[in-house]
Amino acid sequence: MSVVSELRGMGGKKRGKRQPSAMRKGDGKAAAIFLAPWFIGLFLITAGPMIASAYLSFTDYSLLAPPEWIGFDNYTRMFEDPRLINSLKVTFLYVFISVPLQLAMALALALVLDRGLRGLPIYRSIYYLPSLLGGSVAIALLWRQVFGADGLVNSVLSVFGIEGEGWVSHPDYALGTLMVLNVWTFGAPMIIFLAGLRQIPQMYYEAASIDGAGKWRQFRSVTIPLLTPIIFFNLILQLIGAFQTFTQAYVVSGGTGGPADSTMFYTLYLYQKGFASLDMGYASAMAWLLLAIIAGMTAVNFLASKYWVFYND
Amino acid sequence: MTDSAVRNDAPPSKPTLTEVAERYPEPSGKPSQWRGRTRSILKHAALIGFGLVMLYPLLWMISSSFKPDAIIFREPGLIPTEFTWDNYTDGWNALLHPFDHYLLNSAIIVFGSLIGNLVSCSMAAYAFARLEFRGRNLWFAIMLMSIMLPIHVIIVPQYILFSSLDWINTFLPLIVPKLLATDAFFIFLMVQFFRGIPRELDEAARLDGCGHGRIYFKIMLPLSLPALATTAIFTFIWTWNDFFSQLIFLTRPDMYTVPVALRTFIDATSESSWGSLFAMSIVSLIPIFLVFLFGQKYLVKGIATTGLK
Repeated sequence: MSVVSELRGMGGKKRGKRQPSAMRKGDGKAAAIFLAPWFIGLFLITAGPMIASAYLSFTDYSLLAPPEWIGFDNYTRMFEDPRLINSLKVTFLYVFISVPLQLAMALALALVLDRGLRGLPIYRSIYYLPSLLGGSVAIALLWRQVFGADGLVNSVLSVFGIEGEGWVSHPDYALGTLMVLNVWTFGAPMIIFLAGLRQIPQMYYEAASIDGAGKWRQFRSVTIPLLTPIIFFNLILQLIGAFQTFTQAYVVSGGTGGPADSTMFYTLYLYQKGFASLDMGYASAMAWLLLAIIAGMTAVNFLASKYWVFYND
Repeated sequence: MTDSAVRNDAPPSKPTLTEVAERYPEPSGKPSQWRGRTRSILKHAALIGFGLVMLYPLLWMISSSFKPDAIIFREPGLIPTEFTWDNYTDGWNALLHPFDHYLLNSAIIVFGSLIGNLVSCSMAAYAFARLEFRGRNLWFAIMLMSIMLPIHVIIVPQYILFSSLDWINTFLPLIVPKLLATDAFFIFLMVQFFRGIPRELDEAARLDGCGHGRIYFKIMLPLSLPALATTAIFTFIWTWNDFFSQLIFLTRPDMYTVPVALRTFIDATSESSWGSLFAMSIVSLIPIFLVFLFGQKYLVKGIATTGLK
């Protein structure tokens, strides 16, 4: 059960859960008490600011003077802002290259580790550790050094007589180093794949084998179809996460998004606009565009999933 | 698990009947068993090699934190030719405040977030899992969707709100939202867990005259320790690593947390003092590593059952 399958279930048919005929006495009052913190948070910390942000996106606001209504100016400005368009390009490039690579890696390793391999818990831990650390400033700082002009990568390369670039300071390669960092954190989706593989009933393989299916055929006709819901879940999760990447780009580029805006992620540009130039109306408009992109992409994914995700229910 | 060392040469898939038969060979099966063992050794060697490559930057950072600055860049190897503690003592005092100051700030925020998430999310989860109330499905759907809401959409008005309350450069903007169950992911996690607890238990308690407060405290919470542990562990790691909101809400150096302080290393010291930067990076990762070490079981379970980053 995941957030994704839960949401999927809500739209469609009612699941076979018992529906009580009448509300139980006193439940409503108890619910109000138990949900009170969440309700307050939802309205004050989440929904309220969302509405405020929608309003601010139509204003010119710098914290210092009251917001001034400017209609759709922020939105039209966005489409003429070459730095914003570049930041979209950088972010899309990052998302659409590193997420599939990361998931492929996760799946490959999960397949190798599945089958009651001896020492599985140890391998799983080793491969999972980077996922826990990958989002930290410490690792981003390490990356800055490892791919720096006299960093670890280049000193390893020089052992083989190759002279490397300053990877993080070269506009053609800086984004690549961040993609490598994202692929490096394949451990979390790998664990989800491992759990998914374990749920595939043994008898399917036995039946396929009796029907004369070889290993490759079993993989293609049993493993992959039964794993598609998990692949879908991982894909949604990683796409949403990757779109919001901030820390790594901020730290590796020293907060600038450089060199030459090559690591200027969308969220980094939003941060600079909102909190460095205090252009908060524009930053709010950017935030809504981000939400629209993520929601749109997720919706497309859900629609497309009809054609490739196989639900066994 | 022990039998797998015998044969590991087939492509990845669950064992078939014939394969299972092959796994328990007659005691005399010599040549194929021998070949299987070689393959198994090769596979383990490849897996260990790959793990080493993955962890190499991390191991190298640990080793470099004990090397004098002058040799860090010349040595891609792991064993320091010269050993020193200087990076740790220098790094600890390299910034405006000693490093324990930042560690304490981070710890305060983590502690507040832990309490907040454990209490507020479990309460909300109890309502969603066990209570009948009007609009439950709608609120539940809203809660699920709020999990996927990017923080960027609300951060600007939040900043305005918190600055009008004079909360900037206090820990409140980072702790109060957790007290209000805004980390909805954990609500979902606990709802899932509560659903697995037999309803007969609370029905019986109800017949005995227990109210919802007592059912929540005396039945649900004690039976949900694994879910609470998972919540605590993820809250710890995410809050400790969190950078974006801490960067925005904490701008005064004495309020800096570990990640925000680490970042200033780049400005504060010249690029030549990588040693002390590495040393403090290691210090900042140790708590995460300890949580990982002792909480692994809950981490793996938590991700496997609910799937998260």
